[in-house]
Amino acid sequence: MSLIESLPRVRSLRLPRADGLIQWIVPLIIVVVWQVACVSGFVPARVLPAPSDVALAGWKLLLSGELARNIWVSFWRASVGFVIGGGIGFAFGLMNGLSQISSKLTDTTLQMVRNIPHLALIPLVILWFGIDESAKLFLVALGVFFPIYLNTLHGIRTVDPQLIEMGRIYGMTDGELFRRVIFPGALPSIFVGVRFALGIMWLTLIVAETIAASSGLGYMAMQAREFMLIDVVVLSILIYALLGKLADSASRVLERLTLSWHPAFQKH
Amino acid sequence: MQEALRFLLPDAEPVERTDFLEQARLARRGPEVSRGLPLTIRGLRKSFGENEVLRGIDLHIPAGQFVAIVGRSGCGKSTLLRLIAGLETSDAGTISFGEQARPEDVRVMFQEPRLLPWARVLSNVEVGLGRDRASSNAQIRAEKALTEVGLDDKRGQWPAVLSGGQKQRVALARALVSDPRVLAFDEPLGALDALTRISMQRLLERVWHDQAFTAILVTHDVSEAVALADRVLVIEDGRIAHDVAVDIPRPRRRGSADLAALEGSILRELLLSADETSDL
Repeated sequence: MSLIESLPRVRSLRLPRADGLIQWIVPLIIVVVWQVACVSGFVPARVLPAPSDVALAGWKLLLSGELARNIWVSFWRASVGFVIGGGIGFAFGLMNGLSQISSKLTDTTLQMVRNIPHLALIPLVILWFGIDESAKLFLVALGVFFPIYLNTLHGIRTVDPQLIEMGRIYGMTDGELFRRVIFPGALPSIFVGVRFALGIMWLTLIVAETIAASSGLGYMAMQAREFMLIDVVVLSILIYALLGKLADSASRVLERLTLSWHPAFQKH
Repeated sequence: MQEALRFLLPDAEPVERTDFLEQARLARRGPEVSRGLPLTIRGLRKSFGENEVLRGIDLHIPAGQFVAIVGRSGCGKSTLLRLIAGLETSDAGTISFGEQARPEDVRVMFQEPRLLPWARVLSNVEVGLGRDRASSNAQIRAEKALTEVGLDDKRGQWPAVLSGGQKQRVALARALVSDPRVLAFDEPLGALDALTRISMQRLLERVWHDQAFTAILVTHDVSEAVALADRVLVIEDGRIAHDVAVDIPRPRRRGSADLAALEGSILRELLLSADETSDL
C-alpha cells in the first residue's frame, strides 16, 4: 500500500525533533496517571487493568504469534477495502467532475445511497456474504467510497476556471489539461477525502469484525470478552488507536510530499 | 480615471548607466524590422444575451505596432481583446492576421498571472511553448525567456513565494517563450502597485522593441496608454470613438509635457462622454 511505503521518508522531512516529541506528551501523561491509579487500587483491575498488565498481555500474545496474525488480518482487510472503495469513489469523482452527462446520470443515485448509514447494511451483508472476508471488504469499501467520491468531485469542480482557460490558450490537450491543471488542483481536496475515509475505514472494520468475524483485532477483542480477559480487550482498543494514528500520519506525509507547492506546506 | 493622474508626477528615479544603453537600443530600431503580424478587423459584432457589447468594429493594425485600447469599464475593450485572442467567437465580422497564424503566434497576458501554483517557475514558463513543450530545447528556451524578464534566479521557486510583480513577469515570460507575433495584454498591470507598474511598463516596452511583435494593450490607465503605445484607440459604446496617433519619439520621458498634454486630451474626451451618457 502506497500510504505505508512512504512512511520511512518521515525522517527525511526536516521536522524539528522537539515538534515530533511534543505531541506524545499528553498520551504519556495519561498512561502514567492510569498506571498510578491502578497500582494504588483507586481503579479496580476488574474495571480497568493497569497499562503494565495490558503490555504484559500484549507481550504474551505477541510471543504466541496471535497478535501479529490478527493485526495483519485486520490491516489487510482495511487496506484492500480502502483501495477498492477509494478507487471506485475516485473514479466516480473524476467522471462526474469532468462529464456533465455522467454527473447527471449517477450523482442523484449516489447521493441517495450516501444517506443510508453503511453499518445499517450489516444484517443484509451477512445474509449475502456470510461472515466471509468479502463481507468485511464490502463494508469497508462502501464506507470509504463516499468521502473520496465527494471530495474528488468537489476538488475537480472547484479548480480555478481561469487556469483551465489558460491551459486551453496554451494548447494543452485534454489529457495534459487533466494531468497538469485539473488533477493537481483537485489534489488538496482529494486528500481531505482520504483522511476522512481512513477514519471511516477503521470504524467500519472494527464494527464488522466485532459482529461477524473469525479472525482480526475485533474478533480478538470479542473472544477476550467471552473469557473475561479484560487486559486483551483494552489492548485491542489501544491498537486501534495506534493504527488509526499511523494511517493518519501516513496520509499527512503523503500530503506533504505531493503538496509541497502549497503555501500551507512551505517552510519560511 | 483618477488613477491615471497619479502618473503625471515627474519620474524621479535616477538614470542609471544601463538606461543609456537601453535608450540607445530603443532609438536604433525602426519599424521595418518587425516580425509581428498585421491585424485587420471588419464589421466585428458581439452580444452577450440582450447586451450588445461590440457594435461594428473596423480596425487595421500594421505589423509591429503597439496599440493601446482605452475606455470606461464595460465599453467592450476586454471583449475586443478576447475576440482577437480567439477566446470568444464573434457574432459577425472577421478578424484576420496578415497570414495564417499558428496558435503559438498569438499570446495573451491577463490581469491575473494565472500561474500553476503546483509547477515551479521554469515549468510554468515551459507551458507557454504550446506544442513545442516536449522538444529538446524547451528548457533552454524557457530559461532564456526568464532571463529576458530578469527572473532567471527564480527558476526553481514555487509561484506562491513570488511577489505580485514577479508573478506577472513570469506570466510575461510564459507569453514570450513561444516568440509570439501578436501579444495581447488585458490590463496586465492593473493589480500592481504604482512603482512595480512603472518598472513593468518599461519591461513591456523593452521586450516589444526587442522582439518586435504586434502589441495590443487594453488598459484603463490613459497615462500608461500614451507612455507605451504608438496609437491609442478610445472605445465608447461598442465602437471605436477616437483613434489617436501618439507621435512622441521613444524613449519617452514619463511626465513630459507632450505626453501629459496628450493624456489630458484623451482623458477629457473620456470624461466628456461619461458626462453625456450619465444617468445620474
